[in-house]
Amino acid sequence: MRRPFVSVEGIARRFPGVSGAPPQTVFADLWFGIEEGEFVCLIGHSGCGKTTILNILAGLDRADDGAVVVAGREIAGPSLDRAVIFQSHALLPWLSAEGNIAFAVKSRHPDWSRAQVAEACRHWIDLVGLAAAATTRPAQLSGGMKQRVGFARALAVSPKILLMDEPFSALDALTRGTLQEEVNRIVAETKLTAFMITHDVDEAILLADRILLMTNGPEAKIAEVVVNTLPRPRTRHDIHHLPGYYELRNHIVDFLIDRSRRLAGAMPPEWTARAVPEVRPAASAAT
Amino acid sequence: MRATRPAASLALACLLFALFVGAWQLSSSTGFGTAEVADPEYAALVGAAAATGGQTPFPSPFEVAARLWQHLTDPFYVRGTNDQGIGIQLAYSLARVLAGFTLAALLAIPLGFLIGMSPLLYGALNPFIQVLRPISPLAWMPLALYTIRDSSISSIFVIFICSVWPMLLNTAFGVATVRREWLNVARTLECGALRTAFRVILPAAAPTIMTGMRISIGIAWLVIVAAEMLVGGTGIGYFVWNQWNNLSLADIVTAILLIGVIGMVLDQILAMATRAVAYQE
Ligand SMILES: Nc1ncnc2c1ncn2[C@@H]1O[C@H](COP(=O)(O)OP(=O)(O)O)[C@@H](O)[C@H]1O
Ligand SMILES: [Mg+2]
Repeated sequence: MRRPFVSVEGIARRFPGVSGAPPQTVFADLWFGIEEGEFVCLIGHSGCGKTTILNILAGLDRADDGAVVVAGREIAGPSLDRAVIFQSHALLPWLSAEGNIAFAVKSRHPDWSRAQVAEACRHWIDLVGLAAAATTRPAQLSGGMKQRVGFARALAVSPKILLMDEPFSALDALTRGTLQEEVNRIVAETKLTAFMITHDVDEAILLADRILLMTNGPEAKIAEVVVNTLPRPRTRHDIHHLPGYYELRNHIVDFLIDRSRRLAGAMPPEWTARAVPEVRPAASAAT
Repeated sequence: MRATRPAASLALACLLFALFVGAWQLSSSTGFGTAEVADPEYAALVGAAAATGGQTPFPSPFEVAARLWQHLTDPFYVRGTNDQGIGIQLAYSLARVLAGFTLAALLAIPLGFLIGMSPLLYGALNPFIQVLRPISPLAWMPLALYTIRDSSISSIFVIFICSVWPMLLNTAFGVATVRREWLNVARTLECGALRTAFRVILPAAAPTIMTGMRISIGIAWLVIVAAEMLVGGTGIGYFVWNQWNNLSLADIVTAILLIGVIGMVLDQILAMATRAVAYQE
């Protein structure tokens, strides 16, 4: 069988039970793939194990069973090829915005001269529109600007894969919308492979090629893969006029409200972990 | 805290100081502190001058001010081993404090770093630290004198011992409590152990480490006076004890003032350094 670019093969993660309780299985036997240049979103309720999956993909955490294979190689730890945008931005507070980005640039290019590093920093700062705040420390930046720095820092190592953990969840709606469009544009331009966790259905529909729907934990499962057949380029302003948008949106919202909980204990008999069914709600509506 | 007006605070401070000096002047001119003392134990403690019945009135503020002025205008004279300027004595004490403190920092900060990084090492060394830390540094003095056989180096050792603990514990604590997400940033950027230590852990723990250093220098400056009273020879502690034997209370009050001022300066220098490495999350 042909392997996708990122191939998650039967991973499981268990945490020891607190004070004598049996160990808790967050998820087990989880399979999915991400093609090169694809944008995949993962949606599920809080606590179902999304961050745990992302940490395993990043190499920050280890799966108890199974493996993650990237470009034919099993991952053994963190790598500059897999950049992470953390939920809490995780900027180093003693460095300026520029200093944080320079730290990443120097990690990728330890042999670069000071001038080369400064040049690269300027490029990334301009790309995310932070020129006016380059010398400001994170504590003085707004939430949106902090996440822009985090985004620039992730891009500055020229990764192959971008892993994002609810990057916009702490932002106000207006800022979130602007940043979503920028991420959409930059990821398309740089042809990055992207994996993003989100709570926001509209965000997932705007950005993702495929959306993984996860049931509630413990022992959370990927119940369904929703293929987003809405044509690109998509913008926030006209996406809801596209035929099939509401069918797609309703399908996901229904899952979050009802089926994520109902399916948690009992998956239908035809469901298998290794070949999760794909659905195309937008396509069936459009035809 | 509410915003205060610095001018008003300054005015109140001046008023309180004037009241204090006034009360002092009043009590010294009415003879307080000149009472005849008969207790033989006390006589033995205060030494020859008092025991022979000499009456030494507590100095008035003006006597102290005059003495302070004398010392400040001629701080570095040398008239024999027992009569050196107060500036020289303070310099001896400062040199000992800085030597002991520097040695302690050179040991405590790297060791604290290792302890903070390794729960195993922390568990192994913690019992020793917990037993050694509460020991009064002066209790080490006889052992130091016995093994080192040099009073000056022994005082430096005592300073070393008393200033090592706050720096060690604060460094270990600061390093152990670095936010996990910052370490994860370093890991995803494939930083090596050294780069992580110097570019992430050290700046993250620096404010805590500096707080430890500030506590240490404060303790060192407290202890040096007592240590020098004990071993004698030179230093501001010895100066105070020597003036006590001479029953020169004006000199003692002057020395107390200067000890306070220098302690404050040392503290402020480290406070400034702490502010320089501080960051806001
Ligand atoms: N270090 C840990 N120790 C014990 N349990 C953990 C740990 N990390 C996560 N968990 C548990 O694993 C589950 C999934 O957590 P997480 O991946 O953060 O969820 P999500 O990101 O989907 O909100 C939660 O129930 C959480 O309590
Ligand atoms: Mg999470």
